[in-house]
Amino acid sequence: MLRFILQKLALIVPTIIGITIASFAFIRLLPGDPILAMAGQHGVTPERYEILKEQFGFNLPIWQQYFNYVAGILQGNFGVSLATKRPVIDEFLTLFPATVELALFAMLIAVALGIPAGIFAAIKRGSWFDQITMGVALTGYSMPIFWWGLLLIIFFSGYLGWTPVSGRISLSFFFPRVTGFMLIDSLIAGKPDAFISALRHLILPAVVLGTIPLAVIARQTRSAMLEVLGEDYVRTARAKGLEPNRVVGVHAFRNALIPVVTTIGLQIGLLMAGAILTETIFSWPGIGKWMIDSISKRDYVSVQSGLLLIALIVMAVNLIVDILYAVINPRIRVQ
Amino acid sequence: MKLMRTLLAATALVAVMGGSAYAKQLVFCSEASPAHFDPGPTTGGNDFDASSRTIYDRLVEFEHGGTAVVPGLAESWEISADGLEYTFKLRPGVKFHTTSYFTPTRDLNADDVIFSFERQWKQDNPWYQYLEGLSWDYFQGMDMPKFLKSIEKVDDLTVKITLNEPNAPMLANLGMDFASIVSKEYADQLAASGNLADFANKPVGTGAFTFVDYQTDAVIRYAAFADYWRGKVALDDLIFAITTDPAVRAQKLKAGECDIMSYPAPADIEGLKADTNLTVLEQEGLNIGYMSYNTTVAPMDNVNVRKALSMAINKQALVDAVYQGAGQPAKNLIPPTMWSYDDKIVDTPFDPEGAKKLLDEAGVSGLTLDLWAMPVSRPYNPNAQRAAEMIQADWAAVGVTANIVTYEWTEYRERGKAKDRPGAFQIGWTGDNGDPDNFFATLFSCSAIGVSNYSSWCNEDFEKAIQDAKKVSDPAERTVLYTKAQEIFKAEEPALTMAHSKVFMPMSKRVVGYTMDPLGIHRFDNVDVTE
Repeated sequence: MLRFILQKLALIVPTIIGITIASFAFIRLLPGDPILAMAGQHGVTPERYEILKEQFGFNLPIWQQYFNYVAGILQGNFGVSLATKRPVIDEFLTLFPATVELALFAMLIAVALGIPAGIFAAIKRGSWFDQITMGVALTGYSMPIFWWGLLLIIFFSGYLGWTPVSGRISLSFFFPRVTGFMLIDSLIAGKPDAFISALRHLILPAVVLGTIPLAVIARQTRSAMLEVLGEDYVRTARAKGLEPNRVVGVHAFRNALIPVVTTIGLQIGLLMAGAILTETIFSWPGIGKWMIDSISKRDYVSVQSGLLLIALIVMAVNLIVDILYAVINPRIRVQ
Repeated sequence: MKLMRTLLAATALVAVMGGSAYAKQLVFCSEASPAHFDPGPTTGGNDFDASSRTIYDRLVEFEHGGTAVVPGLAESWEISADGLEYTFKLRPGVKFHTTSYFTPTRDLNADDVIFSFERQWKQDNPWYQYLEGLSWDYFQGMDMPKFLKSIEKVDDLTVKITLNEPNAPMLANLGMDFASIVSKEYADQLAASGNLADFANKPVGTGAFTFVDYQTDAVIRYAAFADYWRGKVALDDLIFAITTDPAVRAQKLKAGECDIMSYPAPADIEGLKADTNLTVLEQEGLNIGYMSYNTTVAPMDNVNVRKALSMAINKQALVDAVYQGAGQPAKNLIPPTMWSYDDKIVDTPFDPEGAKKLLDEAGVSGLTLDLWAMPVSRPYNPNAQRAAEMIQADWAAVGVTANIVTYEWTEYRERGKAKDRPGAFQIGWTGDNGDPDNFFATLFSCSAIGVSNYSSWCNEDFEKAIQDAKKVSDPAERTVLYTKAQEIFKAEEPALTMAHSKVFMPMSKRVVGYTMDPLGIHRFDNVDVTE
């Protein structure tokens, strides 16, 4: 098992190097000058432009800029945001818990609804339940998140008034930030009302963000279950006279779980991307919104380091999923 | 359900306030996060709304809803006869904010004023680069280093600013956001503890509101300053709820989650106006959308050709389609809300036949031109691509072929600046300080060629008029000169004056006293809320 983990870790190093090169190059390939993007409508005089260029190191050859950047990363210095002049790592850590809270909640919805839906669709294959569930899943998978989010806001928040429009918590609550997770901090501050408010603000964005993972997990679970239900050992279990629920819930499901866990792991990476749109609509102050703002402002440093940090997190999650997979499926460990 | 929610919120509010359940709170749905809270180096309206307009004051201020300059931290001033010396008498007894991170031991004095400018001006000042990559964009952009000779302390409450040459707009410059007055005492305290960055993230000023808290990208909280020199304002708490999507802002306003919002999307305006709980204020922005002809490149070096090109365009139809009711056709470079606007000027008529005739007379046939269009929506022109398509069609009707050209926004401006840039270039401008010089000189003076004079136009008479107007202080004299400038501009047509856009400000009916500001600033010091 240890060798397995070490093997996985060894692959991470070249991946990280590749990501630093990709994020470094990507932002520079976009048209638009970062210094001019920062200046107001008066622009900058050519003399000031040269001074600023030198200040940011943009006058150095590109490979030298890259090496200075990597040297900084290795020392834990992810650079200073061109827009806010604050260290990028501080900005990231301030905003990251919001995205995690949203992503976890979205995943919770996706898993809690998706897996049972997939299981029942598989058991009742061909029935109206199966057809409707898969039809809804396909719709959910195909809908543009932006449109879906706005639609939900207009209907549930605007028309019905059941949910708040945007933000993480009602503005009337003001308590110190401890972990950055509203649900936890409100309880630490001893305000159950704030907890409820935070929960209510989480519902719509989590539903929107979780829609695609929900659809994918439902379909994946159904496929996996169908495959497993056709296996010999399931027929044997049935022949032995085991209770049907036990056959499905214990024998079939455990084996079907293997590809589903992999899917969930992949979905977490995609959640980071989906968070960008969801956070923008719901004014959710997370790293997705921060990345979009940084790209439009040509904030080179924030984009480079932001991409790298997000990539590191996605890789860490995938590593955990791989390990989990090996735990569930011992055959993998020996390979 | 709404009742439950209101009860829940009200109970929570009472619990939080600890009994003072009648605190007057205003929630403003703003459109973007501020970079930080030091208005010196920032350039965006969102930065200024969150910093200079809440936390700070300036020597002089623009009156609410107008561009006239009124006393601020300076209760009076004298300008010497030669226009070179400005002596400001500071108001006595002005207090700085007491916060959880700073307690002032003295009132505002001349040292604070001098520091506020020197930190942006003197490269050897320890605060010149107190944040990495800092750039004092407006101090540079308004040419302050060129005009300022010295700022001296005459006594504790008197400051003398000496200029290198007379510059009438200087007084208006001192009312701008970058000229906000900061606390030298606070700066010294931070320098001693080594936490210079706190100056921008935990701000201290003399303004109507004190900084309480900023949840990054989410919420900014302010509390009314009890010892504000104008007296505590009507509001107790001011909250900015940062909501970047305009459709969502409108939803929040309708749902009562915010009381006032900025920059509604044009598509939402009718719906907001129809809502009986809301009021939508509107005002012409202090801006101009225009299209510059390069007057040094043939055949646009011929004034009759430029006139013809403008005459071919149906301006009213263009404004209706592109601005969708949020704009009016422009006949002058400056908008009607600006002093010295000459209403007697007659605009170039829409006359395609006359245009064809002029082109024939000039010996121009089969003309092909580049027509530049901005890739982004700007306050002065929401859709330059659409405008370009309409102009292209209008020109085709008089035998002129247009190639629509576009680049990424910063590249667009860089390439547009080139002295020999071919074709007609769409661009615009929003006024910084309410002074006509800010439009005429910045955009069409000879020295602005290659910088912001996209027409590469240098006209001797026009130049003399605007340079003289800079040196004279009397507004009546300056008006005469600017009237002359507008006549020359219309006669020579270095650019097509397209439109001035309108700005809308939707708010709940419980908001009282809010005035729209021509400079696009959102100010809450004169606002009250009814229960």
